[in-house]
Amino acid sequence: MNTATECLLRLVEEHHELEDYQGGVPRWCTGCGDNAILAAVQRLCRDENLRPEKTVFVSGIGCSSRFPHYMRTYGFHGIHGRALPLAEGVKMSRPDLQVFVNTGDGDCCSIGAAHWIHALRYNMNMTLMLHDNQVYGLTKMQASPTSPKGTKTNTSPRGSYLDALNPLTVTLGVQNVSFVAQVVDWIPEVLFDVVRAAFHHKGFSFIRIIQRCPEWLPRMFEPVLHDTNRVLLLHHADGLQLSESLTRTYRKQLEHDPSDIHRAREIASGSDPIPVGILYRNPEVPCYEETRHAGQLTTPAHVRAALETELDKYTVWPQQA
Amino acid sequence: MMLQAEKPVVTLKEHIVEIISDSGEGAQRCGQSLGSIAARMGNGIWTVEIIPAEIRPPARSVAGASGNRIRIGAGRITNGGDETDLVVAFNEQVLLGRVRDRELKPGCTILLENMWRSHKDPTVAASYKEAYDRLVAAGYKVHEVPMEKECLALVNDARRGKNMFALGMLCSIYSLDLALAREQIAITFGKKERSVIDANIRLLDAGHAWAEAHLDFKYRIPATRSTVPQIVVNGNTALALGVLASGMEICAMYPITPATSASHYLSDVFEKVGGIVHQAEDEIAACAFAIGASYAGKCAVTITSGPGYSLKQEGIGLAVMCEIPLVVINVQRGGPSTGQPTKAEQGDLLSAMFGSHGDAPKVVMAASTIEDCFYSVVTARKIAETFNMVVVVLTDAGLATSQQPFPRPQFSESWLAPPIDQTPVPEGTKPYDWDPATGLARRIVPGQPNGMHTITGLAHDRLSHVAYDPDANQEGLRMRSLKLATLQKSLKAPPVVGGDSGDLLVIGWGSTQGAIEESVATLRAEGLNVSSMHLRFLQPLPPGIKDAMQRFKTVMTIESNWGDSPQDEIIDENNRRYSALAMLLRARYLVDVDCWTEVRGQPIKPGSICRVIREKLKPGAKPVTKKLKAAKS
Repeated sequence: MNTATECLLRLVEEHHELEDYQGGVPRWCTGCGDNAILAAVQRLCRDENLRPEKTVFVSGIGCSSRFPHYMRTYGFHGIHGRALPLAEGVKMSRPDLQVFVNTGDGDCCSIGAAHWIHALRYNMNMTLMLHDNQVYGLTKMQASPTSPKGTKTNTSPRGSYLDALNPLTVTLGVQNVSFVAQVVDWIPEVLFDVVRAAFHHKGFSFIRIIQRCPEWLPRMFEPVLHDTNRVLLLHHADGLQLSESLTRTYRKQLEHDPSDIHRAREIASGSDPIPVGILYRNPEVPCYEETRHAGQLTTPAHVRAALETELDKYTVWPQQA
Repeated sequence: MMLQAEKPVVTLKEHIVEIISDSGEGAQRCGQSLGSIAARMGNGIWTVEIIPAEIRPPARSVAGASGNRIRIGAGRITNGGDETDLVVAFNEQVLLGRVRDRELKPGCTILLENMWRSHKDPTVAASYKEAYDRLVAAGYKVHEVPMEKECLALVNDARRGKNMFALGMLCSIYSLDLALAREQIAITFGKKERSVIDANIRLLDAGHAWAEAHLDFKYRIPATRSTVPQIVVNGNTALALGVLASGMEICAMYPITPATSASHYLSDVFEKVGGIVHQAEDEIAACAFAIGASYAGKCAVTITSGPGYSLKQEGIGLAVMCEIPLVVINVQRGGPSTGQPTKAEQGDLLSAMFGSHGDAPKVVMAASTIEDCFYSVVTARKIAETFNMVVVVLTDAGLATSQQPFPRPQFSESWLAPPIDQTPVPEGTKPYDWDPATGLARRIVPGQPNGMHTITGLAHDRLSHVAYDPDANQEGLRMRSLKLATLQKSLKAPPVVGGDSGDLLVIGWGSTQGAIEESVATLRAEGLNVSSMHLRFLQPLPPGIKDAMQRFKTVMTIESNWGDSPQDEIIDENNRRYSALAMLLRARYLVDVDCWTEVRGQPIKPGSICRVIREKLKPGAKPVTKKLKAAKS
């Protein structure tokens, strides 16, 4: 990659503390899974010593999308469903920036679904966190595409009518998919490890984070929370390595090679137990921003030369040689 | 009949020529080449593409005419003019379509391919004979030309060559330089092998020789070569060249007629300067992509047409709210809905100005010539980055596909965007540090140390914090609005063309400039006291408009968008919907501005404008009373 800003020298190696990444005080509800995601991301920034001024969080609209306001980095809180194309523009314009996208199940899987599919095709080097609480929160409890069939909401008082969309199988079905993981907000250790693996993956990293919504669906995950056998931990020498305490708590484990897309699709199809870990990773998929940047810089001399060449083609008088 | 070599040459001030065929028979290329040769001679030209709605309409169909219309003049030509004086047609059916559309001058000259007369399918032969007889009876001067037969003497497939034979005939008819024509063929077929070029030159020569020998008329349109270098491009190419010259680096688009050819061309040349044309998954994504790119770096552009513009409206509002520079180009087409994708209209002015919910002040400019398409983009980029605003540039399908020579732009580095600021932001700088008088604030770009903040489409204060308090919202709206007033203070009054005062001031905007000003010149020569003014900035409106209007007894706009006609029985002052600009001028200046509009999908002809103005200034020439419905017995 070849951008002017990358040529700037870093004269002093700065060290950052957690507070350096903490923006406004979060206004999410107590017990909201968004808080766990924020904690994991701030820890990632500190551990990776990300430069706050070179880091951009882009979001759409919804509870999840307040995320950038709570970071002390650059942030772009956009419009409903359009976080991905906004983030793609940022990355294309500035490949030197670290780009993260925070989006919700309504934002990504409903109003922004077209952009989700195409973001996978573009495979730009950024990390997407799908904060999936399976309900519209900010607009006060409507069914979302990931709400399980029968979920009682304000727009489905007798239970939602359709089977839930599975974001993992959709994602794994799209050409150029390069990183797919699933985590739950109540296992912070895995949440952090997956966010870190996603950050280190070169390409578009898609993390579905199943998160609790204590306000609108307070009992949705209770059975799962109280039965550790309803979580299936994925591990592999090339994927996550599980700590001893984790393996003691979560007895259901599966060794899964993240390079096996067929097996990944099988695992993704299951929802009970909930597969948690890295389902798929392929570092070989080209990144759109690298494919498109020809390495040429826009300088006055280049623009002048290109323009004169073009104008020569259209000059009728005096005639060009 | 072989004519003697010398025939009288009639000198003309101008002529309108068209070449029409079925799609894929090369009439477009013939027309473009004719325009280029005339321009190289030093003639003024204006070319208009004749495009069927379908990619492959059925052969020999009335609606299938494909080709080019070239107005050639002794001086500068600013518009497509009125009806056609001479037409070359490869079959009689496409010709009938042009007659139906009233595009041909009564009694004009027609050069018609005559192979159909002896066609083996008797229905084809019959329809040819019937059409021929009808045209002759209607007073057209029809010359039958054995184009197919003559071409077959030189090539195996006359379909691929007849156009150059026709070009040769036209070079003879208009006394154009045959050597220049041969050169033009070499340029046109530059990428092909020498044998292809030579075959086409033989066809050209054959057409020229045939016309010299068989046609009893010949014209000359005096040419004056400009002293400064001239280029010939269409409006969409000019837009793309403007993007290149403005130093923008990212264009995000989604395919839509008639805007797309600008992006086609840009895709070809942009990468040479490190630019990228991103074909997004939809119009909304294209707009958001451009906004994201602008936010993090240099101003980006998104190019679209009417329906795409509607889809971008929410994104445009976001850019307005966050004060992200953005250039949006709308190559207008007929609307509403899918409307007339290949036809010209000026129907998007109000949605450009007032679109997006809430108060979303943005700059709206309209290109009025092909040349202006180029410079408008350069200016738009500069305004966008100076004011941190959205700048909408309106052109239309007419400008998009028309060609006209204009002075070759002399590149200036001042056209380019400055490098992206990556210097540390001084402590205590607020992300929206609005100047209370102008609304302007410096823009902080990601990568700048100490400048970290989150921008949001939510109401926000100077710290870019979400703010629901009444004062913050009031201040934000005020600051974003003040920027338009600040820009307005830097605009110049548009000139009045014609006399400085008089009976009627015609005000227009966009692609109608050439036709309006030509009409004003014609009418002033007839003794009518009419002048015109043309607006390039529609939002904000430049100063001096009210002063100018007050110096005239009456004011009217001429536009290609809908306005109710007061002639209609049910229309009166309480319900008349004025055309877009007339409505704006009435609201702003409290002047009783009238309007005349036409939405036929074609550029407004100077002849139509002259007729309307004559009628307005000399009422009584024709009855102006309302057409009351006669009770049927």
